[in-house]
Amino acid sequence: MTFYDEIVRLGGMDLAGFLERVTPSHVTNVLAKSDLQSQDFLALLSPQAAPFLEDMAQAAHRLTLQHFGRTILLYTPLYLSNYCVNQCVYCGFNATNTIERRKLTLAEVELEAKAIAETGLQHLLILTGESRQHSPISYIRDCVSVLRRYFSSISIEIYPLSADEYADLIAAGVDGLTIYQEAYEEKVYSLLHPKGPKRDYRFRLEAPERGGQAGIRAINIGPLLGLHEWRSEVFKAGVHAAYLQNRFPDIEISVSFPRMRPQFGDYRPGFPVSDRDLVQSILALRLFLPRAGITISTRERKELRDNLVKLGVTKMSAGSSTAIGGHTDARDSIGQFEISDRRSVDEMRRGIAHLGYKPILKDWHDLGREGKKVCQTTPIS
Amino acid sequence: MDDKLVIAGRQVTSRLFIGTGKFADYSLIPQVIKAAKAQVVTVALRRVDFDNPGENMLDYLPKDVIIMPNTSGARSAAEAVRIARIARETGCGDWVKIEVISDQKYLLPDNFETIIAIEILAKEGFVVLPYMSPDLMAAKRMVDAGAAAIMPLGAPIGTNRGIKTRELVQILISEIDLPVIVDAGIGRPSEAAEAMEMGAAAVLVNTAIATAENPVLMAKAFGQAVEAGRGAYLAGPGATRHFAEASSPLTGFLRREEKVGQ
Repeated sequence: MTFYDEIVRLGGMDLAGFLERVTPSHVTNVLAKSDLQSQDFLALLSPQAAPFLEDMAQAAHRLTLQHFGRTILLYTPLYLSNYCVNQCVYCGFNATNTIERRKLTLAEVELEAKAIAETGLQHLLILTGESRQHSPISYIRDCVSVLRRYFSSISIEIYPLSADEYADLIAAGVDGLTIYQEAYEEKVYSLLHPKGPKRDYRFRLEAPERGGQAGIRAINIGPLLGLHEWRSEVFKAGVHAAYLQNRFPDIEISVSFPRMRPQFGDYRPGFPVSDRDLVQSILALRLFLPRAGITISTRERKELRDNLVKLGVTKMSAGSSTAIGGHTDARDSIGQFEISDRRSVDEMRRGIAHLGYKPILKDWHDLGREGKKVCQTTPIS
Repeated sequence: MDDKLVIAGRQVTSRLFIGTGKFADYSLIPQVIKAAKAQVVTVALRRVDFDNPGENMLDYLPKDVIIMPNTSGARSAAEAVRIARIARETGCGDWVKIEVISDQKYLLPDNFETIIAIEILAKEGFVVLPYMSPDLMAAKRMVDAGAAAIMPLGAPIGTNRGIKTRELVQILISEIDLPVIVDAGIGRPSEAAEAMEMGAAAVLVNTAIATAENPVLMAKAFGQAVEAGRGAYLAGPGATRHFAEASSPLTGFLRREEKVGQ
């Protein structure tokens, strides 16, 4: 059994009917519980739960404080290559888009690494478009071996791999896997991905499980909000996270709620998600999965991100660029999508501290790296 | 009175151990240690930032503390051993708190993997303090493997629920000859006092202090509670009684009959 079987089962359920039948007293009962089931999570995503947003926020804040303290982990994306054979209708890197295609040489990767490491960040997320010709596993492995000298944690957000390929990259030094299903509704997914290997819904959906089998330390999943009706998409993403938590209890599971941003091309999202909807999604997920990480990227604007710090978010990107070579190259090349929060890492660090939180730059130690003699205290024993 | 806590031959001045996670600002940590009068401080190696000035938590610790790096994030004995060795390279000494957690949902420790890690690290000269689920047989095996103390949880990490494992921890205190330190779950100073009254050698507190509105004041309160609880344990509290001393509702008739007979 895989999560695909679970998705098929959920597909047979009348989620819309359930959402309609939720009553305010049902929501109140869920808020009084300490251990939520998936139907409780769905109830919190219902329109009838919207008036309870402040109650949900108070509970989500308490739970997050208890499990994560006043801390926010910072990371930044590094785009290695924008060659892509897919035609995702919503993506700036769509193969049919006539943009300049580039991939970083290993020397350029090192320059980017140095520029990012100077900001103090230790957690890196590397990204590529899907092109086994231009960015094969061997290329990614070579990049990781360079990057490993500069960062304590390296995650990948690339095309889905086989379990053996994931194991190959883990051995090279990768410890985190980010992969978004984009649309959990399979029919919608098919329309959005007309050509290319990404058409294979199931291979993508099961990628986190293959990463888990290969022994990855952390997995981050999510829907791309705006592509389909958000309540069912967020619900399925949350159930997916719960499935992964149960199947791989030793893996750190996180969820992102990226909203569609303007990108190169004509696509405009058919299902816009308001700030209020996004907040309801984050709060419901926190109450459903108290220990899951929640990631918010620079897709969101500063003011909203500042407010989200207290509502359950545990990780944020900072100093981001979605363009190839964007950390060192001042040229205005076209990124995957537009950044909204353009603060530097330093500004982010100060901003989070100003909110009474500790920006965390390092939350994992690459076990292949040595320690350094840093202790200033008198050694004992 | 001579009441010293000794771990691996080293005398420890405070029975309140402090964890350093979850603080909003590292500059709070030295104030917390001072207010709590703590000496042993645990630091997650995963969070030790060797490369960023101002971000290395070790720089914030007073010089006279005993730093006990922990293996937070380890999912197996092998990872815990690797993390302990990296921690030793920091030059902070040989103490290590072994934390092997293969369950991210409840963060319950894996006693089996922990025993394996203790065996390897004790042979390498580490002073090993294992975080564990309170199970007597596992604790005995940890002692045999070379642990320097045993650190059972009172409740799952970060839950602030108190000594939910009271009966099991009490058995460890009675049966294990090493110091038993209640780690995790203690949410209030009164619960720290409770653990000390039970005869625990020390308690380790992190979340309850780090997430308090005023962490420094809470640290002080915990320090006082630990001292009070220890004092009560040493004083030997009188047995608790369900009835007032004078009354003997079941056998009082004997006295009455005796009086009549006199």
